[in-house]
Amino acid sequence: MGPILKVEDINVYYGSIHAIKGVSFEVHQGETVTLIGANGAGKSTTLNTISGLLHSKTGSVTFMGEDLAKVPAHKIVSRGLAMVPEGRRVFLQMTVRENLEMGAYTQGGKSVEADLERVYQQFPRLKERYKQVAGTLSGGEQQMLAMGRALMSHPKLLMLDEPSMGLAPILVEQIFEIIQNLHKSGTTILLVEQNAQAALSVADRGYVLETGKVVTTGTGKELLASPAIKKAYLGG
Amino acid sequence: MTFLNFLINGISLGSIYAIIALGYTMVYGIAKMLNFAHGDVIMVGAYICFYAITRFSLPPLVGVVLAMIVCTMLGIVVERLAYKPLRSAPSLAVLITAIGVSYFLQNAALLLWSSNPKVFPSFFVLESGGAAKTGVELFGGQLKISYVTIVTIAACVVIMLALTWFTGRTRLGKAMRACSEDKGAAQLMGINVNGTISMTFAIGSGLAAIAGVLLCSAYPTLVPTTGSMPGIKAFTAAVFGGIGSIPGALLGGLLLGVIEIFAKAYISTQLSDAVVFAVLIVVLLVKPAGLLGKQIREKV
Repeated sequence: MGPILKVEDINVYYGSIHAIKGVSFEVHQGETVTLIGANGAGKSTTLNTISGLLHSKTGSVTFMGEDLAKVPAHKIVSRGLAMVPEGRRVFLQMTVRENLEMGAYTQGGKSVEADLERVYQQFPRLKERYKQVAGTLSGGEQQMLAMGRALMSHPKLLMLDEPSMGLAPILVEQIFEIIQNLHKSGTTILLVEQNAQAALSVADRGYVLETGKVVTTGTGKELLASPAIKKAYLGG
Repeated sequence: MTFLNFLINGISLGSIYAIIALGYTMVYGIAKMLNFAHGDVIMVGAYICFYAITRFSLPPLVGVVLAMIVCTMLGIVVERLAYKPLRSAPSLAVLITAIGVSYFLQNAALLLWSSNPKVFPSFFVLESGGAAKTGVELFGGQLKISYVTIVTIAACVVIMLALTWFTGRTRLGKAMRACSEDKGAAQLMGINVNGTISMTFAIGSGLAAIAGVLLCSAYPTLVPTTGSMPGIKAFTAAVFGGIGSIPGALLGGLLLGVIEIFAKAYISTQLSDAVVFAVLIVVLLVKPAGLLGKQIREKV
């Protein structure tokens, strides 16, 4: 079976700034793949291009054998591609439950109750606070909500953009534990992180991005052991 | 008793402002733009209803429904042609466009229906014992409440309840709130943002048609500029109550109507508008986000 997601030679511009320069990579069924790199390397831009918020001038993004350029942005979710955006972007003025319901928007109302139960089981914190407005949650809880919200759409591929950003170390650990659990339960994950150490330790494979280009690739273990990566991203 | 009369008139006028203000506030909430052409949609609605009743002798209710259909379509078309191409343009460009659409609608009405004032038929009349009654009298005739007033207030209550239910309970309504908070995130949920914006314009314009009919039933002179002053006042009401907030539009509209009528009754007819806008300025000085405006919390 071919890759579930295949990104080929994408070039993305912000006005005259060439942010992504011919990036290609693929994700296979059941894998956790991570894109790591410094600030401005183009990690988030890559994810936003896949999810249809941005557009590439060249190349293609193929998901489950379908060219995503031909799919309107709001239809991409129903194809099985969900994204937890950078900065969480939960709906702050809506309740926890409403946020989760929005995650199930493409499901057309069927099986929402069962899905809610499933997400509440994964994130018991959210069940306790289901009536609370999302703006009153802590940063870690908001991250859980954003992840739970994405899981409501039954994604075949879950894309996470900087899930550990701005969280206390203990919460970062929790979030990565959740990612590992999702991986174990068979979810295919594309993870973008600045926290290279943590990301590589949960990932099957990783791609290292530098100023819009893929410079290195390998398994999580290989990259963790690589001296060059250690020096550049792991601080020593 | 005259006080009570003024109060009821104020609430009735305020209900009309509130219905119009809902259109402003919903569109602002979702598209972050001030649709200054909204007032003129009211006028179009009133003309459609007027011609449906007088020229084609349709029953009033059919006239109202027809006006709503035409205005809903007008709202969608205006959004598609004038505002959608400017989705990523600076807000000033959109604002100028909205003013342009407003003048376009007024002048189109001038061409189509001329500047001669039309007298809007009063159809809130009951026949009883051979005499036509236009309202009820209480306390031995001291307190007169016209049917128009009753219908207006009732319509406002029903619309508010319906909208609260729609935005709070239905899937589409919640999607609308999601879009108004964060369009990018809403799109990631699979919500069709453009479709939701169209729907908001459609609802706002449909409500404008109802407001137009109610307005012209209470103040029966219909000219192509009929919508502009109530439009501006309803916009004021929306800002007064906190633009973007649906309960705010109701509160702002009602207060504005009551203040206007009281100012007319107790201060001066000529000065009433000045009083209304002075109150707005004071409120905005004290509460810049409006009475029920949302304080934006930012969490990092």
